[in-house]
Amino acid sequence: MYKWPELRKSLSVLVLAGFSLAASAADYTNIGRAATPKEVAAWDIDVRPDFRGLPKGRGSVDQGQQVWDGKCASCHGTFGESNQVFTPIVGGTTKDDVKNGRVAALTGNSQPQRTTLMKVATVSTLWDYINRAMPWNAPKTLTTDEVYAVTAYILNLGGVVADDFTMSNENIAEVQKRMPNRNGMTQSHGLWQTSGKPDVKNTACMKDCLKEVKITSELPAFARSANGNPVEQNRTIGAVRGVDLSKAAVIKVSAPAADEGLKLAKQYACTACHGVKDKVVGPGFAQIAAKYKGDANAEANLIKKIKTGGSGAWGDIPMPPQGHIKDADIKTMLDWVMRQ
Amino acid sequence: MSIQIKKSGLLRRAPENFLDAPLREAITEQGLNDERRGFLRKSFAAATAALASGAAMARPGSMPEGDGDPLILNLQDHAKSLGNPVVMQGYGQPSKFESNLQRRQSPGLTRVPQASVSFAPLQGFFGIITPNGLHFERHHQGWIDNDPAQHRFMINGLVREAKVYTMDDLMRLPSVSRMHFIECGANSATEWGNVAVPTVQYTHGMLSCCEYTGVPLSVLLDDCGIDRKKAKFVLAEGGDGSAMTRTIDIARAMDDVIVAYAMNGEMLRPENGYPLRLVVPGVQGVSWVKWLRRIEVGDQPWATKDEAIHYIDLQPSGLHRQYTSVQECKSVITTPSGGQMLLEKGFHNITGLAWSGRGKIKRVDVSADGGRSWRTARLEGPVLGKCLTRFNMDWNWDGGPAILQSRAIDETGYVQPKINQLREVRGTKSIYHNNAIQSWKINEDGEVSNVQVA
Repeated sequence: MYKWPELRKSLSVLVLAGFSLAASAADYTNIGRAATPKEVAAWDIDVRPDFRGLPKGRGSVDQGQQVWDGKCASCHGTFGESNQVFTPIVGGTTKDDVKNGRVAALTGNSQPQRTTLMKVATVSTLWDYINRAMPWNAPKTLTTDEVYAVTAYILNLGGVVADDFTMSNENIAEVQKRMPNRNGMTQSHGLWQTSGKPDVKNTACMKDCLKEVKITSELPAFARSANGNPVEQNRTIGAVRGVDLSKAAVIKVSAPAADEGLKLAKQYACTACHGVKDKVVGPGFAQIAAKYKGDANAEANLIKKIKTGGSGAWGDIPMPPQGHIKDADIKTMLDWVMRQ
Repeated sequence: MSIQIKKSGLLRRAPENFLDAPLREAITEQGLNDERRGFLRKSFAAATAALASGAAMARPGSMPEGDGDPLILNLQDHAKSLGNPVVMQGYGQPSKFESNLQRRQSPGLTRVPQASVSFAPLQGFFGIITPNGLHFERHHQGWIDNDPAQHRFMINGLVREAKVYTMDDLMRLPSVSRMHFIECGANSATEWGNVAVPTVQYTHGMLSCCEYTGVPLSVLLDDCGIDRKKAKFVLAEGGDGSAMTRTIDIARAMDDVIVAYAMNGEMLRPENGYPLRLVVPGVQGVSWVKWLRRIEVGDQPWATKDEAIHYIDLQPSGLHRQYTSVQECKSVITTPSGGQMLLEKGFHNITGLAWSGRGKIKRVDVSADGGRSWRTARLEGPVLGKCLTRFNMDWNWDGGPAILQSRAIDETGYVQPKINQLREVRGTKSIYHNNAIQSWKINEDGEVSNVQVA
């Protein structure tokens, strides 16, 4: 963000203003070195709400849809509505919200889940995050124009920009004026700065603090074993033991299947899109096994599919290529998949 | 033979629990018949014989029947043979008998293991320091093990000179070592609406406390010649796939923030940001950027993804509070806690942890009757600012139902609130920054469970 000539200029200003090395407690000779302008440019990728740091570029809603279908839809759904892997991006905003800058659904219970577009107040936030961290399994691989295009596509899905819109560094400030929740944030609270004032006040009553104690919430029976068996999560000596749900209660503790193939599938995030039995975004592993059972070329074909990606066999949502996975790991996973 | 069951310190089971699981299930589902009755009798006899002999159930150290405890009377193999050689494990491991204490994921909490969290087993910790292998994890795009020789750290923005430091550079600079807690802003989030998870590991386990070592950020900012007039905020940025970014206000950045490379005497673990992370005492963990690659000095906050979409607090008005980051005063009883079982009536040491993002813990009170009356607990030293404080309280359990609570007060006089007091201000749809008093119910069997009370 700060180019070398600017730095030189600000240096002279600083010296004039009386800021100099004197501000430094010590002289750390030969520790660290000046960053070159190219180095700063390579890392200084952040974009602020005032668009400082935003590179020049442009991308249309249509171009965004193409990138989206290939690289984003597998996790976020074709329309950004998916709740399968991450929370939905689009949904819950109205034309009135675009007009008013406040998302009405945030006050009621009309929306079961708060989406990204319901919450985000600044378009720079979307641009910056897509640019630095997306696609999720290959961050920082989109071109600047693709980032503009994908941002435009998301906003189009949310009814913020028109179908034929092309977003650029020149009109992004206009887009900001249409963000559905642009007026939805407050910073007037005491929970940021150390010196801020707390918002909740309790007193340290010691005696007869309540007339009666009412239990308002207890763990439902089915949830007792959802986090495993406490006897296996506590020390076997000392003042207490973990409750043994396999003995103490009728509720069964289901032990998760430990298998090398499944472990790898989790490690490589395959389970983000594939359930063991059922379809999530892509088909369940058991469904894949059923389809390819008896097929002599199954392994070779599936290895190719995993490495290069594909679409059409199970629906419209494409499988992104997974070229980074080692062949041996793919084989281990496939061996496990085919036994499902 | 009269069967006299001694008061045993172990979980004393009804004799049925000596039965095979299949038989128990068959009896539950189909009732008793002659065959099952026969099995039952045999098992019962075996079980009571074991009880009477004292071998199976006697509490270690309790008065044995007969001549004494075989573990004392008979020399054990390990006392009659060679032990393992030195350095058999170049990097030591806990005893195999401690393997129950592990970081754990909450099933179903996240769909992808790379953007997930593991909870620290608070139920098994002593004192205030978290062992490095059990420090909780929260990653946004998977953890990395970054070659420290290739790691670079940059400071740019409103500074006289943008600079690059290597790990060699940073480790030459003046260092500080300070003990601080780190708590995820979403810790206890599952409990905002109602009770949702069974144990303290899952209600409060996104919490750890270590001695962190590194260079004060102020030293580095001064070394680059920070523009003290214009600088209002800094941005911290990670070097992993997510390139995590967080805004920190300049007063705090120049105060006690550390650019840290070590924790508890060793280098950071990869899961915790090796080789470099930011330590922002008193502030939610998401600001403690891991695999730290850059600090930019600026004059406005950045509204990064986690400051605009997550870690914001929805108010009943529909407005979100942005940049809420102070972790306010909070405490929790770790023993006894949810999912545990008291072995016996009589004396128990209630113990737990208290902390405040605004400074030191001044006092912790404990209630055994759901908050009707309170007694002040002992604070164990050291009591440090923005650090966990261990508290202990003597208690005699009379065998009746009880509801245990702890309530911490920090040096600013702030008293840890009840969940209802939080909801009155922030509504019921908030997620983050739940610092409410936790309640653990104990029933007549000694079983402890998670409840909320009013």
